[in-house]
Amino acid sequence: MQSKKERAKFGREKLQRIIEMCRSVEERSLDPFLINVEEIISIIKEYFPEWEIPEDLCLDAETIHHLASVIKLQSEWVKHRSTSLYTDPFLLEEKLTRIEKEEIVEAFLQAWHPIVEMEQISLHSLAEATRYWESLLPLKERWKGFPPAEVETSLATREELIRQRILRDKAFSEELENLWQELKVKVGEKGENGKIHYWDFVGAENYEETVHRAFLTSFLVTYGYATLEIHPLEEEIFIKPNEKPITKIGKKQLVSIPITVSPEDWMKWKKGELK
Amino acid sequence: MEEGRAKVSKRKGYYASKIKRAVHMLFYRRHKKPGVKGWELRKVLGSDYPKVLKILDDYLKALDLQVKTVFEEEKALEKPSLEDLDKARFYITLRGDLTPKEAKMIGWRIDDLAGLAITIAYIISKKGKVPRKEVEELLRDKLPGWKVGLNIDRYIRYGYLTQDENEQLYLDWRTRAEVDQKALIDLILSK
Repeated sequence: MQSKKERAKFGREKLQRIIEMCRSVEERSLDPFLINVEEIISIIKEYFPEWEIPEDLCLDAETIHHLASVIKLQSEWVKHRSTSLYTDPFLLEEKLTRIEKEEIVEAFLQAWHPIVEMEQISLHSLAEATRYWESLLPLKERWKGFPPAEVETSLATREELIRQRILRDKAFSEELENLWQELKVKVGEKGENGKIHYWDFVGAENYEETVHRAFLTSFLVTYGYATLEIHPLEEEIFIKPNEKPITKIGKKQLVSIPITVSPEDWMKWKKGELK
Repeated sequence: MEEGRAKVSKRKGYYASKIKRAVHMLFYRRHKKPGVKGWELRKVLGSDYPKVLKILDDYLKALDLQVKTVFEEEKALEKPSLEDLDKARFYITLRGDLTPKEAKMIGWRIDDLAGLAITIAYIISKKGKVPRKEVEELLRDKLPGWKVGLNIDRYIRYGYLTQDENEQLYLDWRTRAEVDQKALIDLILSK
């Protein structure tokens, strides 16, 4: 006599085999009536009381699912047989292997009514295309660089400048002091007559850094660390470091000198077109 | 009497302009696939588009062309409802048939056409679904082996067949639009 464990094992194997059989009918388009549905249902019923663990119950459900697919195929098979399109596949297969190429083409041509479609351009589209071509700008005009964005000017606080990385968050006086020393060194190296071209001093590798240096330089001049020398006719601006900060420049009235540090000017300076 | 004539002439003008629009829509490819959906025709031609298509079909008879309707359910309906027509796809197809010489002229070699005919007939006989391998074996009997796979891929690319992830072949939209399946089977069996 079989133990309960052995019986369950035997039942599992039977269900696996049923699933495999149903799968082969589904996938290989075999005759669905090869499967005896009633017999399979009786097997499923027979072993159902043995199932206790979820895995076995899942296997039972999977078997029923595959059996249902086979029943669906059987119903489709009956439907197909009842339609006018039904032909015995063996008869047709036999015919297809015996028939000559020319004969099958002849048959096909009588049942084939190919779609008529046009892909040619119409006169209307051609006229439309010509109009488009005429109004199309040449590439050299279309591919011009984008115009620089217009920027509105307004007052900025120190915090905003730090946020935008124009100012660094270290002691401002320390930064000014460092820049002053740098100016002195640069004038010593590249300058003439104790002065250096403004752009040669403020200009940096990138535009942001240039703006930052220009900003600090304006303070160097305001606080008397350096002096600007402007030659309006030559359109040249020089910066000249002072040996000691001069708090009051004689009795002259202090004036503001606006110097534009735009991306275009920076680009010109990079190309060596601006001093 | 004069009033009646004017009415008729106005109606003729109305349909003539609609037929022109229908011809533009049906002959020129608008999407990736040829053909136009019923609802697209309704949008452009109005709700009486079935009547416009009927007049166009009559007109095309003389040119050996026809307006072919392919319903969603894949079967021709006796009395389709407006909803069925809206969902259907309309094509212009040849009404009669081509001679082998003409088929050659439109780019089909006799071998390729025979392969297509055998594949379609075989799929129909197997209720619309066949493993690709079986078709390959059948075609290899009369076509060189290297050509078989290429041909099946070509039929798939043209829309005559479709293939699923399990390498099962089915008939696709172009076969439904172009091939009279019942006639094909009858003709093959009568050979």
